[in-house]
Amino acid sequence: MKPAAFEYIVPDSLEQALSILQEHGEEAKILAGGQSLVPAMNFRMLQPTLLVDLNKLEELDHIRRNEAGDLLVGAMTRHRRLEFDNLVAQYAPLLHESIPSIAHPQIRNRGTLGGSLVHADPAAELPVIALAVDAQIKVQSIGGERTIPSVEFFQGMFTTDINPDEILVEVAIPESSARTGWAFKEIARRAGDYAMMGIAVRITLDEDGVCEKACLVYLNAGDGPMEAVEAAKILEGQPRDDQAFEAAAEKASQDEIDPLGNMHANVDFQRHLANVLTLRALDLAFQRADVDRGENL
Amino acid sequence: MKKTLHPIKITVNGIESTHAVEPRLLLSDFLRQDMELTGTHVGCEHGVCGACTVLLDGEAVRSCLTFAVQIDGHQITTVEGLGSNPDELHPLQQAFWDAHGLQCGFCTAGILMTIIPFLEANPHPSEEKIREALSGNLCRCTGYQNIVDAVKLAAERGVGQPNPDD
Repeated sequence: MKPAAFEYIVPDSLEQALSILQEHGEEAKILAGGQSLVPAMNFRMLQPTLLVDLNKLEELDHIRRNEAGDLLVGAMTRHRRLEFDNLVAQYAPLLHESIPSIAHPQIRNRGTLGGSLVHADPAAELPVIALAVDAQIKVQSIGGERTIPSVEFFQGMFTTDINPDEILVEVAIPESSARTGWAFKEIARRAGDYAMMGIAVRITLDEDGVCEKACLVYLNAGDGPMEAVEAAKILEGQPRDDQAFEAAAEKASQDEIDPLGNMHANVDFQRHLANVLTLRALDLAFQRADVDRGENL
Repeated sequence: MKKTLHPIKITVNGIESTHAVEPRLLLSDFLRQDMELTGTHVGCEHGVCGACTVLLDGEAVRSCLTFAVQIDGHQITTVEGLGSNPDELHPLQQAFWDAHGLQCGFCTAGILMTIIPFLEANPHPSEEKIREALSGNLCRCTGYQNIVDAVKLAAERGVGQPNPDD
């Protein structure tokens, strides 16, 4: 239960961090919040030879908006800061709503947005949120930077599109269009535990209250954040309607997610939870969109 | 692999000191072995049980999920930093004593260090909030009812409210 020996470097600029990665490649591992990495090292499931600690890079800890209205969040921004930040609450309410479900306050005090996204745990909240809000993920290497849409970034169990010489530096969350509603719901046995099932929903209505666009993403429901594309199509073109909700929940929970089951919830129960949570989340998301629609009439 | 020691300067319970640490040394082991502050307990060593909770710059963190080398330049408060001397308990400790908020005591230090910043941020918490705040600390004696009562008692006594003398 003690980590194997490793070398440790704490760069004081992003450039220095990138050149260390360039030099050491896959031998080096980035240390962000450490709340997933250090347990894995304590268990010796991971034995990196070099840790590159990003905790001194203040340039990666920021929350601001750009001229296009995107919310830009630095990779080293800790969950706890996201939880209480006014810009996040206003411009990324779905992200805001999900943060209290991430582990315990002691973990949120250290864990970072970038760390969680790169770790890509299928049971984690933030990859699901990233997909639901269409977050654009900016990664950088010595060679330059590239921006990856979330839908391409996540590539399965603990796997992403990031290369060993790249660092995730920033996440851009596009501003929601008018009449957008959202909801995040999960069920865990105890506050802070891994959820048995969870869902993030984001829907946009037209001026008459008909759903223009829907996005449903599930956690702990497969080998990554699981988007239910067919369920979304059932909702699109429909007004707020219980039958449409039920059809979408049925489609997503029975056909589109692929839960693995675990000691606390078998596959059938996970599908049941997905169904129930979908109905609850859709109800809340449509209510919120309707409130927004009322204000815009 | 050859051992490389890294110099760190840290402030623990208000006292500054310098050390040379191996990178793989966990903060929890550093506090217990190098600082001889054995009040911080080590339970699961993967961030689940909460027994090793300490304050890092005033915020509750798992000391088993942080390397000592990362604490260079930072402040740590352990359970030994509560109370003005060993015979005078911190009001939170006194509330745990009075409400019988511990049985074997293994989880207690971590719970105290979790509740200090919690009450500072929420001086008048509901029972639901208290239970949520305690959810990251396991008590295998399962004395949760009295632990919740102890936190309530501490809140009633004004722990977490700004000290009028400050």
